[in-house]
Amino acid sequence: MAFPYNEIVLDHFRNPRNVGSMADPDGKATEGSPACGDMVTVYIKVDAGTKVVSDIKFESYGCASNIATASIITELAKGKTLEEAKGITWKEAADALGGLPAIKAHCSVLAVEGLRSAIQNYEEKHGLTASREATTEEVVRRKLRRVMNPMKGLDMVATNLVRKIEVKDGVVRVLVDLPENHQFSASIREEAKERLENLWDVEKVVIEFTE
Amino acid sequence: MAGKEVYLDNSAATRLDERVLEAMKPCFFENYAVATSEFGYSQGLEARELLGEARGRIAAFLGAAPEEFIFTSGSTESSNLALKGVAKALGGKKGKHIIVSRIEDFPVLHSAQALEKQGFEVDYLEVDGQGFVRLDRLKELLREDTILVSVQHGNQEIGTVQDIQAIGEICREKGVLFHTDATHTFTRIPLDVRDIHVDLVTVSAHTIHGPKGIGGLYVRKGTSIAKVTDGGYQEFDLRPGIENIPGAVGFAEAVGLVSEEENGRLKSLRNAIIGAVFERIPLVTLNGDAESRLPQNANITFHLVEGESVTLHLDMYGIAVSTGSACFSRSLEASHVIMAIGGDHERAHGSIRFTFGRYNTMEEVDRVVDALARIITELRKISPLGKTGGVQDGISL
Repeated sequence: MAFPYNEIVLDHFRNPRNVGSMADPDGKATEGSPACGDMVTVYIKVDAGTKVVSDIKFESYGCASNIATASIITELAKGKTLEEAKGITWKEAADALGGLPAIKAHCSVLAVEGLRSAIQNYEEKHGLTASREATTEEVVRRKLRRVMNPMKGLDMVATNLVRKIEVKDGVVRVLVDLPENHQFSASIREEAKERLENLWDVEKVVIEFTE
Repeated sequence: MAGKEVYLDNSAATRLDERVLEAMKPCFFENYAVATSEFGYSQGLEARELLGEARGRIAAFLGAAPEEFIFTSGSTESSNLALKGVAKALGGKKGKHIIVSRIEDFPVLHSAQALEKQGFEVDYLEVDGQGFVRLDRLKELLREDTILVSVQHGNQEIGTVQDIQAIGEICREKGVLFHTDATHTFTRIPLDVRDIHVDLVTVSAHTIHGPKGIGGLYVRKGTSIAKVTDGGYQEFDLRPGIENIPGAVGFAEAVGLVSEEENGRLKSLRNAIIGAVFERIPLVTLNGDAESRLPQNANITFHLVEGESVTLHLDMYGIAVSTGSACFSRSLEASHVIMAIGGDHERAHGSIRFTFGRYNTMEEVDRVVDALARIITELRKISPLGKTGGVQDGISL
């Protein structure tokens, strides 16, 4: 049997583009953490006049699809305006790589997050962001759109895994439409918690399962 | 790819020994009959004899009587039968409390979880930093209604070998049945049921150059256990189904082919890879105990890098190993064993397991360590956690 990774993915894994750190980046962000698994750092240089990503670098502490996605993301983002770069999706990155296995979506989505966060970091430094918003059901839903369903290669909202969301007094409850002993329940719980726990007004996150 | 492939995943599966295949062949082409009852036809009686001989050889290796050894399809079935069979026999009588260690392999762990859903109460026995179960805690957890303790002999990932003598004595004293999963120690580390108070032992052929799909369960005479599969009356009415006689014969042959000399050789290979890695690659941790350890197992965390990246790079060098990284597992969960010994995700993330077998050589160890030294250096260069030789904040080693 052939590897689940195609030649483009393997090439980016073996010879990652734009890899390394940047001495004085205009924007920088790290997504993920060693505590939860994969981790990606993205550095960007931004042309102050045109708001174009003039240079970009990444570092990865992750698996093959994480490294390959970070590599392709840097190629896709370079030369784009911040607005364009922000809009790059995991799907576009995966397509540019000729496809990624569904189960690997969660490893590679971090690179997309890394780029968006690096841009956000630049915008915050330059006073380009709006004030922080209160966490609502809608905000939670948006955050959960970044949590991948390893069975589908799409996020857990799009694949109807989110049965119910409740936000009350700093406590977020999410009901996931899976049995608790499902193969991916522990992984989904962990990822969802990670996305929600760092919201400024959230004190506790409870992920529950339907069975 | 430089030269021949190097296979270092022998705890997952092993290459069949040709002598095992030769021993099995007649069971496919000459005497392929079912093992009949003693009133059957000649060919069936011969088949019955072949099965009996194989059973006798394996049972003798464990110090057991032939009728105390049940053939199964492998470790998974053996451990399912041990846990669920005892639960079925004793659940309605003695009690519904079971103790299993936290670092058991999935057949035991998931059988215990399945029983929990049926109303059994399970305690998951803690282990220390080397992976040894805490005997003091075991004593505390044992109760009047405890029906079974299941603690493995040697660990599938980190290789730590438990003091099953001591565990057996504790259980015996309390009159509680003791099951041990000996999948990775069988023939590699001595286990004689005449010396050790163990009532049920899971073994398998696939780890010792025997065929896949055959294993067994030692059941001490008089143990309360019920069958969990319905069918005929084979295997002393504990495991229905047409017997896998080629498998049984191959299993017995494989047991006979393991020697002390071989186990000594595996230990040298294991020590060589651990020694060379520690000498040549900085920021590494040995997972599991250094002394009380499977002779065929080395498990090392290469900090600041992720395991699946390492295994994929090694594969390009023609080297096969496995990792406890979440990215490698079917459930996307980090190794429960490394987490249980007090490791964090980071320690599991960069853990690589090397398991040796009959066909590995010292020359291969050199090749693997050369490749590793290069791969780890490259991956650390691109890791945000630290540059080669240096560590940044946030990682405790």
